[in-house]
Amino acid sequence: MLSFCIEKRLRAGDRHFDLELEYALPRGAFLGVRGPSGSGKTTLVRCLAGLARPDGGYIECEGHRWFDSSRRSCLGARRRPIGLVFQDYALFPNMTVLGNLLYARNDPERARELLELTRLTGEARQFPSELSGGQRQRVALARALARGPELLLLDEPLSALDEELREGLGDELRRVQLETGITAIMVSHSRAEINRLCDEVLELRAGRIDGAQRPVL
Amino acid sequence: MSLDFAPFLVSARLAAWVTGILLCLCFPLAWLFSRSRGRWAIWVESLVCLPLVLSPTVLGFYLLVFISPRGPLGSAFQSLFGSRLAFSFAGIVLGECVSSLPFMLTALKTGIAGVPEALFEASYSLGKGRLETAFRVVLPNMRSGLFAGLVTTFAHAIGEFGIVLMIGGSIPGVTKTVSIAVYERVEALDFANAQVYSIILVVASYVGIFMLNNLKRREGRR
Repeated sequence: MLSFCIEKRLRAGDRHFDLELEYALPRGAFLGVRGPSGSGKTTLVRCLAGLARPDGGYIECEGHRWFDSSRRSCLGARRRPIGLVFQDYALFPNMTVLGNLLYARNDPERARELLELTRLTGEARQFPSELSGGQRQRVALARALARGPELLLLDEPLSALDEELREGLGDELRRVQLETGITAIMVSHSRAEINRLCDEVLELRAGRIDGAQRPVL
Repeated sequence: MSLDFAPFLVSARLAAWVTGILLCLCFPLAWLFSRSRGRWAIWVESLVCLPLVLSPTVLGFYLLVFISPRGPLGSAFQSLFGSRLAFSFAGIVLGECVSSLPFMLTALKTGIAGVPEALFEASYSLGKGRLETAFRVVLPNMRSGLFAGLVTTFAHAIGEFGIVLMIGGSIPGVTKTVSIAVYERVEALDFANAQVYSIILVVASYVGIFMLNNLKRREGRR
């Protein structure tokens, strides 16, 4: 179970607004977060990842408090059991695909399993600059899963891909999430994408939850 | 014409020491300055970059006061090692470190700033600390900045004249560098040897700058 109450003052252009988000997500669920630009989607992911510090509230995952403003405690990003997939994937250019996975966790056997899971076995020795957009997305996903995280955070993981690739990789993402049983949160602009892939959907508007629902397929 | 090669050895040894020391010292400083949002960073950075604009003789004078046997560092050095710091090889290494620090610092800071923020965050989110991120992610991805720091610092240390003369004098085989040798040859109206020393310095500097630009061009294509 992941539960959070995040309060943070944000700036969008020349105006300020308060991010106030409270939600609980059962273990193994796939939550989609959508909303217009500047509604706080990426800030939510960054707060959960430990890359941004909320002004108030709490974050609790599987019984562990990652952040609690009342106790002034905040676990840094490197101490949180998370896997994070960035919008531009942020693969390390100086490492091969295998190197990226081994950097996350120095376990060749686990790396081999993840390469098979993401269908990248043939690309293990290639560098990120030699891969297509879809292959990079899968490397980023494999790397995020390498540590065996409790929470997978995906910040617009499909937005850099063309239309044809998006659908196939979205399905692949869902397959991997179901196979690993990991709790996941995906930020996306696309309503159709989120409705197709996620168990639950959060609609954000100006830092507030504008609606929470199970998607209508 | 008999060419004394000892000044080349002193210069090369001096530049190697200075480059090595500054690489170790400036990387954490550059990391701090490029990633700090505090106002204090601007104050400290301006102070350490002062040698860029300060006259070498002024800098040399203050360093000499500082490292002379009656100065705070000079007296401490003498009581610890039993030898004086001024007019010694260690003294000119120290002076050159102060003088060349901005060159290494600026290049490394530019290099670190050129590494995308997402790579730092990706590394932290994978459970890595600053040290591992620095050595395995940041350093390999700022090669041109690193090389620029090494080349400019080495070249500056080889060519520095004012500070070395002020705090080291011209002791053959100890503090007499190529730049001082050129100066002395010109003073003695021995233009032939001054010419040879100078040509060797020009060629060595050109090779260094050529390699740096070549690396930058190759990095730009990646």
